[in-house]
Amino acid sequence: MNAELIDRLHFAFTITFHYLFPQLTMGLALLIVVLKTAALRVRDPERAALWDKAAQFWGRIFGINFVMGVVTGIPMEFQFGTNWAQFSRVSGGVIGQPLAMEGVFSFFLESAFLGLFLYGGKHLSKRLHWLSAFMVFAGSWISGFFIIVTDAWMQHPVAYQAANGRYEVVSFWQLLSNPWGLIQYAHNMTGAVVTASFVMAAVGAFYLLDGKHLEYGRAFLKVGVVAGVIASIVIIFPTGDLHGKYVARHQPAAIAGMEGLFHSEAGAGIVLMGQPNEETQQIDNPIVVNNVLSFLIYGTTKAEVKGLDEIPRDQWPTALPLLYYAYHIMAGLGTWFALLMIVCAFLLWRRRLYGARWALWALLITFPLPYIANTAGWMTAELGRQPWLIYGLMRTSEGYSPTVSAGNGLFTLIGFMGMYLLLGLLFTVLVYREISRGPELASASH
Amino acid sequence: MGFVWFWLVAIMIVGYVVLDGFDLGVGVLHLFLVRNEAERSASLRSIGPVWDGNEVWLLAGGGTLYFAFPLLYASAFSGFYLPLMIVLWLLILRGVSLELRNHIDLGVWRALLDGVFGLASALLAIFYGAALANVIRGVPLRADGYFFLPLWTNWRPGPTPGILDWYTVIGGLVALIALTLHGALWVALKVAGDLAGRARKLVKPLWIALVALTVASLAATLAVRPAMLDNYSRYPFMFLIPAGVAASLAGILAWNAKGSSLKAFLASCVYLFFMLAGACFGLYPTLLPATGGPQLDITLSRALSGPHTLAVGLAWWAFGMALAVCYIVFVYSRFKGKVEAEQ
Ligand code: HDD
Ligand code: HEM
Ligand code: HEM
Repeated sequence: MNAELIDRLHFAFTITFHYLFPQLTMGLALLIVVLKTAALRVRDPERAALWDKAAQFWGRIFGINFVMGVVTGIPMEFQFGTNWAQFSRVSGGVIGQPLAMEGVFSFFLESAFLGLFLYGGKHLSKRLHWLSAFMVFAGSWISGFFIIVTDAWMQHPVAYQAANGRYEVVSFWQLLSNPWGLIQYAHNMTGAVVTASFVMAAVGAFYLLDGKHLEYGRAFLKVGVVAGVIASIVIIFPTGDLHGKYVARHQPAAIAGMEGLFHSEAGAGIVLMGQPNEETQQIDNPIVVNNVLSFLIYGTTKAEVKGLDEIPRDQWPTALPLLYYAYHIMAGLGTWFALLMIVCAFLLWRRRLYGARWALWALLITFPLPYIANTAGWMTAELGRQPWLIYGLMRTSEGYSPTVSAGNGLFTLIGFMGMYLLLGLLFTVLVYREISRGPELASASH
Repeated sequence: MGFVWFWLVAIMIVGYVVLDGFDLGVGVLHLFLVRNEAERSASLRSIGPVWDGNEVWLLAGGGTLYFAFPLLYASAFSGFYLPLMIVLWLLILRGVSLELRNHIDLGVWRALLDGVFGLASALLAIFYGAALANVIRGVPLRADGYFFLPLWTNWRPGPTPGILDWYTVIGGLVALIALTLHGALWVALKVAGDLAGRARKLVKPLWIALVALTVASLAATLAVRPAMLDNYSRYPFMFLIPAGVAASLAGILAWNAKGSSLKAFLASCVYLFFMLAGACFGLYPTLLPATGGPQLDITLSRALSGPHTLAVGLAWWAFGMALAVCYIVFVYSRFKGKVEAEQ
């Protein structure tokens, strides 16, 4: 075990765990604004109270996730310095900027107004309470933006110059409007909404199947399914599609690895299933649809797609099979989400969803899958970037901390694993308790 | 530009210590000051809506340090690897135990959570003080600007010190007592009833300990790093800083005795401000001194980012922090008044 590998695992483990929480909070923040808006707009006071309590209830789930996001997010920021010192030294002048802006522009906003939203119900007017929900939403989406800009610069560096052995920003606006970042942001935030709407719909389905909190169950299903169908479609088209095209243009090695394309091909087909075999350089047990890949990337079935054989071996993504599987899991699950949500939306429209137990069951058991899809998506992005730490500029092997030994790294990695295991257990207990208590009691404490 | 960014980062650190300081202090205090669950819950609720926002100062300060002085960020964070990771774990334990106890009544387990919260708060205070002392004492920087410090190997400050030596331990104790006192003044200010009275009575013994430790730490600093005086002798009017430390200490005691809790709390803020400002001023323009001689120091000019980064940074930083201060004032004004101990 060398230090580089440990540092990579360290980052991968902690970030994957961290992102389990923000993906829900970012999506949920939007849905809470929807619930609060309904509470303001609905005339019937009883219905309005229901929407308000629903918002309060999700606010509590949000709060638990938020705390987990905060405590697991602080280590992320520090790790750039602790485990990736050489990288930070060389590129801190560029990527330190959006990271610091995240703190200054969004975390202050989010933490201040979340305090108001959760603790201030009694002290605030209805409109101010709505405003605090909105500010929490704004804060979390701004935070997502800055972090994506940071990542996008590593994927597709723009607006920099090299001076004195380090990178400096030359145009701040170009850094923030990196086209890679904008596409990635759209796709990623839609992914967060997918997670939140599946979670909301699943809780609704759970209440109806369990015969509890029926009014709320229906409300959650309605909001979850409507948001879910929109997000599940948008995540594929246009955002996923655009993202794929952009990757193909700028990171040919990554797309070839994602698709398992060992040899360049005109009219390349898309592999739906199969196992990439690095030794024989082919896909075992393939199920392929001809010409589709060329069409998806270039808009014509004839175009040639670059395969790995055109790329020097030392620039191949380092974990090829994992990259391929991660991508296929994301895309496969995306297809399932869209199908399921379209069917449920149709049932909702025909007023048959609440009685269709099979659809409710399907929604209920699908809720973990968006988490898997989002994680797989990030693995695709990050494994596809390898062996580069900053694409085309700096290799991952040049970026880790020179003075932190593998032993020290392993020690803290194991420490984080233990700590996060504990956090995960506590989190599950807390959320499950909140859900089984139900929305009626939501405003009882605090 | 370097001068400006040095002090902006220093301000963020001061902001963090002054704000998160009182909730750390409350964390330490509640272990032995409260008499029943109602009081405990009141003292914790007095920090409930604000502790997370206070921690953001650490993040925003870290981020600012990162892009303004990338070299320092990289060297210091990787060199202080182990204590930083421990700080992260303590922050995790602290945040989670506080929120958990607020969410559910876990019976006996609640006592465990409260213990974890208090202990993590105390250790954090000690680590912060020791961290500052490490910076003042200096670290064994190599020619490439990196170093790595073990937790404890050498008890004496010298060319190859450990993170904990007698000097940094004094630093840790100063921080522990100063923040506990800060927390006591916060409780006196924000919590209603008996508890506030007991907090106010505790101020005096803490104060005596703090004065003793402050004097000891100043003397120790001069012994360990005589160069800390250079800037003072160059700009004698800066002796205002130690004068400020003394005046704010006097203010704490006098206002607390008179029952002006707000003024006493503010005096404690001023004390923390002057202590940190004094350290920063003594170091300037060195950011991280090397034990192996000044030619290895990480200095301002060596660590500073490029000009465009800094110019743009200044624009958004000023705007963003002005906004942030507005929210903070707004939130604190919404939660004004005292927290009642309820059954
Ligand atoms: C619910 C989650 C989810 C779902 C269903 C999908 N994605 Fe995705 N995808 C993400 C969540 C995500 C993500 C987590 O948001 C990623 C990781 C990095 C990023 O910016 O977004 C991502 C990255 C990502 C990338 C970039 C990889 C790279 O940077 O190398 C591409 C090309 C796609 N996606 C394409 C798709 C397509 C064609 C989908 C169609 C089914 C799809 N995604 C479904
Ligand atoms: C939440 C979403 C994310 C996930 C799940 C994720 C996942 C991963 C994984 C699996 C690796 C290891 C790759 C390898 O070494 O083979 C990695 C590395 C890394 N990622 Fe990400 N990542 C995410 C977001 C980000 C963001 C937003 C940034 C930048 C701001 C980032 C920066 C890095 C860095 C610096 C490394 C270490 C260097 C490297 O191995 O390339 N990641 N991440
Ligand atoms: C290297 C990557 C990352 C770093 C350094 C990082 C840093 C942080 C930090 C320090 C916090 C705590 C903020 C607070 O105190 O309020 C946090 C929370 C958060 N992070 Fe991350 N993060 C990373 C990856 C991501 C990714 C990939 C996303 C989403 C796109 C994200 C979105 C959020 C959000 C929305 C929050 C607010 C808390 C919450 O809603 O759970 N972060 N992050």
